[in-house]
Amino acid sequence: MDLHLDRISHRYGRVEVLSDISLTIPQGRIVCIVGPSGCGKSTLLRMIGGLERPDQGAVLQQGEVPGDCLNPLTFVFQDFALLPWRTVAGNVALVLEDHALPRAQRERIVADVLARTKLTDFRDALPKQLSGGMKQRVAIARALAVNPAVMLMDEPLSALDAQTRELLMDDLVALWTRAPFTAVYVTHNLAEAVRLGHRIVVLSRRPGRIREVVSIDTPLAERRAGDPALEAHQARLWQLMRDEAEAADMELSHV
Amino acid sequence: MSDLPLSGQPPQRDDARPVPFRGGGFKPVRVRYLGAAVIVALILLVEWGTRTGVISNLTLPRPSDVLGTFHDLWVTGMLWEHLIPSVTRLAVGSALGVSTGIAVGVMIGLFSLARAGLVPLVAAIFPIPKIALLPLFVIWFGIDEGSKYALIALGTFTPTVVSTYGAVDNVDRTLIRMGQSFGLGWWSIVRKIVLPGALPGILSGLRIGLSIGIILLVAAEMLGARHGIGAYILEAGSLYDLERLFAGVVILSALGVLTSGVIGWAERRLLSWRI
Ligand SMILES: Nc1ncnc2c1ncn2[C@@H]1O[C@H](COP(=O)(O)OP(=O)(O)OP(=O)(O)O)[C@@H](O)[C@H]1O
Ligand SMILES: [Mg+2]
Repeated sequence: MDLHLDRISHRYGRVEVLSDISLTIPQGRIVCIVGPSGCGKSTLLRMIGGLERPDQGAVLQQGEVPGDCLNPLTFVFQDFALLPWRTVAGNVALVLEDHALPRAQRERIVADVLARTKLTDFRDALPKQLSGGMKQRVAIARALAVNPAVMLMDEPLSALDAQTRELLMDDLVALWTRAPFTAVYVTHNLAEAVRLGHRIVVLSRRPGRIREVVSIDTPLAERRAGDPALEAHQARLWQLMRDEAEAADMELSHV
Repeated sequence: MSDLPLSGQPPQRDDARPVPFRGGGFKPVRVRYLGAAVIVALILLVEWGTRTGVISNLTLPRPSDVLGTFHDLWVTGMLWEHLIPSVTRLAVGSALGVSTGIAVGVMIGLFSLARAGLVPLVAAIFPIPKIALLPLFVIWFGIDEGSKYALIALGTFTPTVVSTYGAVDNVDRTLIRMGQSFGLGWWSIVRKIVLPGALPGILSGLRIGLSIGIILLVAAEMLGARHGIGAYILEAGSLYDLERLFAGVVILSALGVLTSGVIGWAERRLLSWRI
């Protein structure tokens, strides 16, 4: 299933947040969205996931949703959003309980996604017993359990330390390589963007418009830290972001 | 480069001292038996005071005499004759009040219409001394158990409503958003996210609600009942029988400690997921 954003604009009261965003998210690709703080990335993601309505424009889905997909547009949140009163397995099972699945199949799905995220040994642990990286792996397992057509990830690794982030990026790459999923991945971290993105969309400062779309052709599995091509992309993205940030600063000083 | 010790060697100079510790306190830990010890110490103090005459017999009864009264209550079977009606009234009345209170509180927390319509009403009912309404309840529900149930139910209802909708308001919105984003049904979100998330607040509201329930129970029994702790205390009081009066008061305290203990137990069982 492909997603098309068709000339989306939005304002909160008198603040214009997004302006004329058109974008295609092709099936099986990871599209990263970067941009200065407050430019409307999270808002855009909520619109893609149907949690909010744009003032103008529309988000369109095109093509068939896979038959065994239980929740086509699935979020992974920055702060994990795990239910603290449920175990790891319970948190994953939560999103299956509203679907009429045979009990055995439900248990099979839970076991399968926990194995894929290396959490099998922690299935009965409560969230308070887990480290940040493990909590986010639970959230990813929960997202995988509904077999999403598109994963919507809002800074999923921002709450984690640098080492954990590296490990989880490797995990995401491994998951994608085994079974390519479609994702929209919002981040502040350009290293994450060039590591995980097939396309990187740079938004301008508020009101967010598309400043540039960068495509990276190196397969995900072959991207290594220190790869000169990636570093060049990252430097270019950084230049774009810097211009926006500086312009935003100038605007503030003219108020 | 320099001769600073880089390994874990302690410095040799003798003005070294540990960094003062400032991180203690502000973290309740469970101290067993201290509460009981405080009560026992107070009782022993009164016993000593009344025996030596420091406290006159007219001011306070001797604890051992109160104990004797308990023994009489027990052997004559009067204890159960008074305790069972009281506990039944408290249980029925507060079960009614708490369950409707939680239901109304959740409605107020979830529906803007219910909030706009009911919050002023609850605010208007809350400060009324419910005991003032007993004559009215006697007319509505009869002189017997009905009016007492209604009084206790109303008394526990209002604090439960207020604490429940406050607790629902405080449920983490990101968890609700998460539920919606996974397409959970409305009822699933309420049952699996909102109610468990509100449970800590509901339980602490229950403590207040049940204490008010006990107060109203006694008040209602004092105004019109043949049996019950309240009636027993009233009778003892009118005869200036301090031993029996205190025996009744001790039963009420025990009832209070018991309900608070039950809620504490429920909190430890149900809220073990909290950090
Ligand atoms: N519900 C809302 N009501 C009013 N204003 C809002 C609302 N949500 C977001 N905004 C405003 O819209 C702008 C964009 O917010 P958004 O959270 O989408 O930015 P962002 O790009 O995700 O920022 P960050 O990088 O800090 O996460 C901000 O100025 C924010 O204050
Ligand atoms: Mg954001």
